[in-house]
Parts: sequence; C-alpha cells; structure tokens
Amino acid sequence: MTTTAIGTYTFPSRDRIENFHGLQLVYFLWDKHLMFSAPITLVLPPTLPFSEILGEVLPNLYGAHPQFAEIDWSTVEWELDGVAFIPMPTLTLTALGIDHKSLLRFRTPGLEGLAQASF
Amino acid sequence: MNTPNPNERLRKLSLKERYAHLTRGLDWQPTYQDKKKIFPFTDYEGIKIHDWDAFEDPFRLTMDSYWKYQAEKERKLYAVIDSFAQNNGQMNISDARYINALKIFITAVSPLEYAAHRGFAHVGRHFEGVGPRIACQFQAIDELRHAQTQIHTISHFNKFFDGLHDPLHMYNRVWYLSVPKSFFEDAITAGPFEFLTAVSFSFEYVLTSLLFVPFMSGAAYNGDMATVTFGFSAQSDESRHMTLGLEIIKFMLQQDEGNVPIVQKWIDKWFWRGYRLLSIIAMMMDYMLPKKIMSWKEAWEMYFEQGGGALFNDLSRYGIRLPKYHEVAKAEKDHYSHQAWSTFYQYSHASAFHTWTPSEEEMTWFAEKYPASFNQLYRPRYDYWAKAEADGKRFYNNGLPQLCQVCQIPTFFTEPTDPTRISTRTKIYNGERFYFCSDGCHDIFEDEPEKYLQSWLPVHQILQGNCGGTTVPEVLDWYHLNQGADNFDYLGSPDEALWENWQSARKRVIAS
Repeated sequence: MTTTAIGTYTFPSRDRIENFHGLQLVYFLWDKHLMFSAPITLVLPPTLPFSEILGEVLPNLYGAHPQFAEIDWSTVEWELDGVAFIPMPTLTLTALGIDHKSLLRFRTPGLEGLAQASF
Repeated sequence: MNTPNPNERLRKLSLKERYAHLTRGLDWQPTYQDKKKIFPFTDYEGIKIHDWDAFEDPFRLTMDSYWKYQAEKERKLYAVIDSFAQNNGQMNISDARYINALKIFITAVSPLEYAAHRGFAHVGRHFEGVGPRIACQFQAIDELRHAQTQIHTISHFNKFFDGLHDPLHMYNRVWYLSVPKSFFEDAITAGPFEFLTAVSFSFEYVLTSLLFVPFMSGAAYNGDMATVTFGFSAQSDESRHMTLGLEIIKFMLQQDEGNVPIVQKWIDKWFWRGYRLLSIIAMMMDYMLPKKIMSWKEAWEMYFEQGGGALFNDLSRYGIRLPKYHEVAKAEKDHYSHQAWSTFYQYSHASAFHTWTPSEEEMTWFAEKYPASFNQLYRPRYDYWAKAEADGKRFYNNGLPQLCQVCQIPTFFTEPTDPTRISTRTKIYNGERFYFCSDGCHDIFEDEPEKYLQSWLPVHQILQGNCGGTTVPEVLDWYHLNQGADNFDYLGSPDEALWENWQSARKRVIAS
C-alpha cells in the first residue's frame, strides 16, 4: 500500500546499508534464555567469518549466562530470518547469505534456560 | 419615533446562543480563492463530510467561559503547589522510589502534551467546519497549559531528585523516549481526521484511563499531593477531550457510509500503537509505585475489556467492531509489565530513572495478581538477579536491543500463545529487511511502508554514529544524562542517600 499523502511520498530508508559505513547490522537471539530480554543488535563487517561469531561475538554477548559455557555447538539449531539454517564456520556473513538486518535465532537443545522459566 | 434608550442594558445571551454565534455563520464562502487551497487537508484522507454544521460540541464552550474557568482552576493549582513546596511535601511521599514514576511522566508524557498542543493547533486551523475547529483550538490551549502546569508541578521535585532536569532534550534523544515521540509524530504527520481518530478517540477516549488514572491515583496513594492537584485540575479538560474524540468518530461515521472502513482501519492502527505505548505505564503501575493502586492486568480488564467492550458494542450500530488484535492484548496482560521491567532492569545503566529487584512483599502481591504467570516465569528472574546483585555480579545486558520498526520498543514481547518465545515478525520491502514486535506493528508497516522506513530508531542511529560517539558514556552524555546519578539502581543512588538522610533526621526528631 502507499502512504495516504497530499503529494508524491517516497523517502530513502533511514537504515539502508550505505548508512553503516561499510558495515551491516545483524540481530542475535538465543531462544529460551529470556535473561536477555530481546534480540541483540550488532554492527559487523560483511566479511566476518562465522567462526568469529561463535568464538568472539556470542561469548561477549551471552557469556554471563551460566548455561553458555555448556553449549555443544555441534548440536545447536539455527534459524536465519525464520528459515532453518546451517552455518559453515569458515564462510563470511555475505557468503552465508546473512544480509543487512537479518536475525539469527539459535536454540540449544537440552539447555532451556534457568529454573524451568526459560530464563 | 422610537429612540433607543442608551441606558437600557442588553439582555445577556444564553450559553447556547453565544456558542451559536461563535460557531455558526461566521465563516464565508471564498470567491477569489480556491477553497481547496485554504483547506488543503480536507479531502485527501478519503473522509467525506456533507454537512459540517452537523457537528455538535456538547460542551458549547466559548472564549469568555473558557478563560474564566481555567484561570480559576490554575489559581487553585498554583496555591497548592506553593503550599506543597513551603511544607516540604517532597518529604511526605511514600518512598523515593515513587519519584521514578514522575521521571517517566515528565520525560514521556509532558512532552506529548506539548506535541498535542501543536497537533490540535494545526487541525484547529485546517478543519473546514467551524464547530470542530473551535473544539480543537480550545484543546490546543488545554494541551499547552497541561505541559506547562506539569512542568511547574514537577519542577519542585527537580530541586531534590535526579533525572528530572532536562525532559524535552531527553524526549528528543533518549532511546526509550523515541517510543512516545514516534507515536505522536506518526499521528501529527497524518491528516486531520486520522489525527483526531488517533489522539482524541483511540488515545484520549479509549485508553486515557489507563494513562491518567495510574499516574494520578498513583500520586494520591503515594502522598504526592501536588501532582494529584494537577490531575484534578486537568480532569475537566480531559473529559472534554474524550467527548471530542467520541463526537468526531460518530460525526465521521454518520456523514458517509464510505467513511466506515477508513475509520475502522485507523481504530485498528491507533489502538495497537496506543496499547504498545502503554507498556511503559504497565511497568510503572506494577513496579514503580511503592503503594500500588491495582495491577496492570486489573486495569486492562476494567478499562479496556469492560469499558472498551461496552463502547464498541455501542459503535457496532455504525458497523465498527473491536480493534484488531485486542485478543493479543488480552493474552499479553499476564506478562506485559514484567517483560517491560525486566528489560529496563538489564539496561538500567542507560536509563534516566532507577530500577530495582522487587521486594519479597511485592513479589507476593504479584503472585496474587498474576497467578497464571508470576511465580512460574518472573519470580525466578528476580530471585536470580537479586542473588547476583548480592554476590557483586549485578546483571547488565552487554548488547543493544533490536527495536521494532513501528512502535520502536525493544522486541521483548513474547508470542501470545507462548510466553517463553520472543515474538518477531519480518518483512522485505524494496529489497530491505524490516523487523517488528508483533502482527499489529507488522500490519501498520505493511499499510504505509514509506512512512515507517523513515523511523529514527535510536539503536540504529547509535550504530550509524549519529548519537555523540560509539561508547555508552558518550551516548549518555549526548542524552544529557547525568551518569552515576540518573542511571543505575535505586540502591546506592544519590536519590536513595537523600531519602535515607531525611528518614533518619525524622527519626532523630521523634526520638528527641
């Protein structure tokens, strides 16, 4: 639908990728761990290999949770923007099709948060 | 010849006659200017009005009565504010935690009053009919007075407590204040009929009891007589605003059948936007009032499910139904305030008010008010966080939250059918991906994507480098947030130290 307006109504998106100086946004969400109340936004280089996400990015974001250290990464189930997804650690964000403002949601089977409260 | 007697006094006009003179027959039909140029916003929204004079303002307010009445009310209000200050009323509140509700009020609500003033001044110029134009002009003045009197009332607390010092600056910059700001800017940039549906009807008529009552009753319960008096002073204006909201809706619906689907679409949209905005009020009611009035859930049931239900029943004769996704709001009522407070708790370092973990007594109250959710889902959080705090490992979230493209709230709401799963919705428009917190916000975007792709999302703005720097302290400086005083937990804050000092001084006086 178009915006109801008195004249032509087109504007550039405020968050188009060009506004991020060569970087892109990626959102992360660890399912069943509501200690982190919402998905987290990061600005990352599109050339970043996925191994760095596993090795650097996620520990920094989620390391405070006592279950984080127990994660067996080979069993983790990933979703990219709602679609099942298998990330190859050596590939970059671009190569994996992780576009600007994509959401990576991951589930850790057997680790469902604290106190049976998905926390 | 009959000479008129110059000493004979003219009969005073009745209220009804005065109102008729003000609103009927004063306008003229332009001859050398195109009417469309004078009123450029009348038609483009698709609302058809056949007879502007059919709009009846039940209050029939005129200038002289407005001025006289408002002046009287404000004299009384300022007398109370003065005596509150002279008697050190700030020392008689229930607890200094209460001041945090005022911090929300002055930074998130008072700037909306000013924005409403601008909006009503605009439509008070642009409506083609004199009746609604006059009603909007009075409301424009009301809103300006409210912004002023709120600032004057609350400025007394600014002498003692943190976080109240720069509300308008904060409103324009602080991340969570983009929620009320974007709400109102969405309304104000719509046409005049949508603006009134948004603000006068959906917000003032349908949802205002959930905004105003918690703050004003909250003030009364917690010993803040100054803010209560403001509330009483504004009450008669508010009832006039609510009436305008209902009258304008009925007017549109009666004027043309073709208006019904347009009005319904706006009601759907503005119910949802208003409801999302109220999440901050839900949190304030349940968590920030040391003496509580009622739970968010009870308030929602009383004011929306019952009160709103009756209203929409009444409007069904025009073909209007309950707003879309009202059942989602019903499903969320067990979780709304808890999820909001949990979010602010973990971002306490970046907020201009204090947070805390609820006391055992409060958690007992929550368990009683929220039997279906609190003990299972939310008590374990607070137990865990309180213990972490006691062990010197107070939990903070290291990352910036994803924000909904429409309501701009962090996407922390859970699925209506599963309170353990975060709800997100996504859409690609013009090759770019957008995220939303809910179906409600997704649908609003889908209807007018060009409007919402301009959203000034604070998290994205920080990451684009537009907010004073790349580190949290730099951004907080840019917010004018006084770090170490305005932010972090109540425990250990200067607010707490001051309050405890007053309390111990009082005990010394009683003991001596």
